[in-house]
Amino acid sequence: MICQECGKRPATLHFTKIVNGEKSELHICEACARERGEIIPGTGGGFSIHNLLSGLLDFEPAETGIKPVLRCETCGMTYSQFGKIGRFGCADCYRTFADRLEPMLKRVQGGKVHVGKVPRRAGGKMRTKREIERLRRELQLSVEREDFETAARLRDRIRELEREIG
Amino acid sequence: MGKHAFTRQALSPWMKEGGPESDVVLSSRIRLARNLRNRPFPLRATPAQSAEVLDQLMDLAESGRLGGMGPLEAIRVDDLTDLEKMVLVEKHLISPALANESRSAGVILSNRENISVMINEEDHLRIQCLSPGFQVRETWDWASKIDDLFEENLEYAFDEKLGYLTSCPTNVGTGLRASVMMHLPALVITGQINRILSAVTQVGLAVRGLYGEGSEATGNLFQVSNQTTLGQSETEIIDNLYRVTRQIIDQEREARRRLLAESRLRIADRVRRSYGILRYAEIIDSKESAQRLSDLRLGVSLGLVPEVNEQMLNELLVSTQPGFLQHTHGGALSPEQRDAKRAELIRRRLADAG
Repeated sequence: MICQECGKRPATLHFTKIVNGEKSELHICEACARERGEIIPGTGGGFSIHNLLSGLLDFEPAETGIKPVLRCETCGMTYSQFGKIGRFGCADCYRTFADRLEPMLKRVQGGKVHVGKVPRRAGGKMRTKREIERLRRELQLSVEREDFETAARLRDRIRELEREIG
Repeated sequence: MGKHAFTRQALSPWMKEGGPESDVVLSSRIRLARNLRNRPFPLRATPAQSAEVLDQLMDLAESGRLGGMGPLEAIRVDDLTDLEKMVLVEKHLISPALANESRSAGVILSNRENISVMINEEDHLRIQCLSPGFQVRETWDWASKIDDLFEENLEYAFDEKLGYLTSCPTNVGTGLRASVMMHLPALVITGQINRILSAVTQVGLAVRGLYGEGSEATGNLFQVSNQTTLGQSETEIIDNLYRVTRQIIDQEREARRRLLAESRLRIADRVRRSYGILRYAEIIDSKESAQRLSDLRLGVSLGLVPEVNEQMLNELLVSTQPGFLQHTHGGALSPEQRDAKRAELIRRRLADAG
């Protein structure tokens, strides 16, 4: 295959780009790839995390029609599309593909459950629950230190928060 | 020069202040991936849905409700010229993907250019905060406050178990990518770099080149960042990066001390040769200039080039990039013309200094 850019050298790099389900292919030689790459550093080459991710997915053999295709009802993305792109189409995809997601998260992530920051609004009661857990740990420590003044203050605060979330 | 403030100078205002451990760590960065609730991610959004997200964020930036971020400029990427986009990428204010591939893309910039919020990249929002030198902990603290400011005005996609939901499952959870840009010439010269980098990847960190994912490490610049985003709190992630970076700083300094003690003449020769080439060359390509500037940076930290300081090198790092060169020139340049312009720019800058 000859390079699409210069039409002279043999194409050694082959890219497939999928943007919103539209597939486009690019076959170019290294010299032209470098030339393109210089337009904006960091693009036009390289093995991205998404390529890597799709290699980690468990794939069923071709969708035969016997099994219904798993498709996100909200955004219409199928699991095999996700496999190709390595990215989800919407927040609901996480629920739709939950079963298959778990083994993958185990491989690419450090854990399965979020333990970090909780947003004020979207987090709702969860934020308060986390705060209660944190205060309970502090309470435990202050009892161990025999700092009963702090312990009493923490206990009151915990009760207050528990009333808040009902 | 251009109508946008960011095109006026190569060195972002925040880079001028200098920061702790700046002999090894050029900058610290926090990036938070966030999405809006009940809206498809940019990947699956219709053009109308993407345009709506962009409008909403542009309005928010102009409404003054993000007052805690200081004066802001809200920019639609479609309104920028190709050269302006390149300049933004070269200054690390937007990603190559936002410049090239995103639809209805936008960016909100603070006037010191230390906050940049990308809109409709892979996620609806990518909040980026930058600090000079080694300040990951401090940067996380204020990045989290900027995040709160957005959340007061927007509803995020968040799941009790999985945390902040992102388009790519490698960002789900905290959506946090914390990174430091390190200059490690002595570890490269002494051949220790591969050992160290492979150790770094074993403790859950990733190493990349100057322009992030997929870019080569040029000029001995390495970007070290956390690999995973789920299962650890932000503080734990930052702490891990902090500790490992500290160790790399120590190792690099130790290697520099040893170089100076054991081969002072050779290292001084290498540095002063590169200085000579940079001061007098007529043509220099980006790869060579990155390498020579790295030698010079090493020389500056070892006190071998009193004529030059770190800030000049930080400025040259950006102003010698293809986009900025062409922007300064006021139009497109062929690669050969760029190499001549680059050499001219470096010659002038160094002549002014010494």
